[in-house]
Amino acid sequence: MNKIVLTVLMMVLAWFSFNGRAVAQRTIIHEERSQYRDVVVTEFNNQRCMLFNIHRGDMNQTCIDLRDPKRLVFNYTRMSFAGLLLNPDPQRILVAGLGGGTIPTVMRELFPDASIDVLEVDQAVVKVARDYFNFVEDDKLVNHVVDARVFIKRAGLRGEQYDYIVLDAFSGEYIPEHLLTQEFLQEVSQILTPEGVVVANTFASSRLYDYESVTYQSVFGEFLNFKTAGSGNRIILAKKQNMPSVAELHAPARALYEKLRPYGINFLEYPAQLSTRADWNTSTRILTDQYSPANLLN
Amino acid sequence: MARSAFGRWVILTVAFINGFSIMSIELLGGRVMAPYFGSSVYVWGSIITVFMLSLSLGYLWGGKLSTRTPNSRQFASFFVIAALLCLPIIYFADPVMTRIFMTIEDPRYGSLLTAGLLYFLPICVMGMVSPYSVRLMVSSQEGSGGVAGLLYFVSTLGSALGTLATSFYFVLWFNLDQVMWGCVIALLLCALAVMLADRRDSREDAL
Repeated sequence: MNKIVLTVLMMVLAWFSFNGRAVAQRTIIHEERSQYRDVVVTEFNNQRCMLFNIHRGDMNQTCIDLRDPKRLVFNYTRMSFAGLLLNPDPQRILVAGLGGGTIPTVMRELFPDASIDVLEVDQAVVKVARDYFNFVEDDKLVNHVVDARVFIKRAGLRGEQYDYIVLDAFSGEYIPEHLLTQEFLQEVSQILTPEGVVVANTFASSRLYDYESVTYQSVFGEFLNFKTAGSGNRIILAKKQNMPSVAELHAPARALYEKLRPYGINFLEYPAQLSTRADWNTSTRILTDQYSPANLLN
Repeated sequence: MARSAFGRWVILTVAFINGFSIMSIELLGGRVMAPYFGSSVYVWGSIITVFMLSLSLGYLWGGKLSTRTPNSRQFASFFVIAALLCLPIIYFADPVMTRIFMTIEDPRYGSLLTAGLLYFLPICVMGMVSPYSVRLMVSSQEGSGGVAGLLYFVSTLGSALGTLATSFYFVLWFNLDQVMWGCVIALLLCALAVMLADRRDSREDAL
């Protein structure tokens, strides 16, 4: 009896707190309790979204369009496929950060023969992705509930190699600082094949832009920077060697254009927006395991 | 153990620095271990468990030692020993964690063992400071609660400020190892201050 009263009370409280704040127009269809941050699924305007930080405003982690589930809702998600310009036919794919599973799901559809490992530290996110965002695992697409740093370090010790690595573990407000350091990127580089590509979703604004840029530069040398107007995200495309010139990317863009069009990606527009120009302060301090105050710099 | 006002101030100051250093080292512990075990909730669980366990046993042993012949030399030696025991955190953390990382797959137990190996001894010794400093400052039975309260206040205030300063500023200004060295040097200065106060007190006694 007590329990029922308490539950009703909590539901009323939750209703009030949600109602007055950022999600007045949304319907909350599910809440998943997490070891980290509770995961909330909302629906509004035929979009279903996963949120971590419901009380701090619009922190959509990932969204799907319920009318057109193939279409990628977020610009940065579409941008992350620019890595295919550098490696158009990946065989072993690693995705750090699951979210709603959009990136691995699309990669699975695009490259049915490739094997895909996904790393997600939060079991609750995996559950919500399965139940509400059509994330389906099979023998080629496997999710690991593990910290990305731990998995990648171990993969390096086992001598495993990936030819397409997506780093997308930076979610919401808190940045996992141990995934931004020079040592981490060296471990990533160790499991990257000579022709492989690293696609990193990072910050376009804030002081972190300079810090991240010099840190990536210190490990991979010159890289391709992908920014679009109005997006708070910047995609870094890095390789260990043989970075092609932007002019060489038009051919793969044409080749993949039709394949990517159903997802709302206009691949032909991408090469012109890539640049190797260092538009950051090159004397910024490199982030290391000894020095990584990323959350204070954001 | 009659103490001069100066001697009491020195004890309060070193208790403050001790509390400050404990939390500074604890906060840095998360950064020391993240490259090997991640920054998941159980890494913090391991660190906090080991620190609490170390402190609790430190309190017990420090209190026990204070019932024998409490003296400033022994009190000062706690700080020297704690400082020396912090050095392996600076010099051996990486090889220790590499070994543990290779042998234990589960990051929960890997981080727990690492935290135990790196932090148990220094934090235990730092825990011994608290009850021992109570013994050194108490001059009467009626005043003992007041003294203990004052010392708790000072050392916990130090812990609060150590947490704040490290997480808000030190990690932005310094390398991890530089902050660790700061703690080591601060602890050694504590030992020096205790010995100097002792010399001064005994000189006054002699007069």
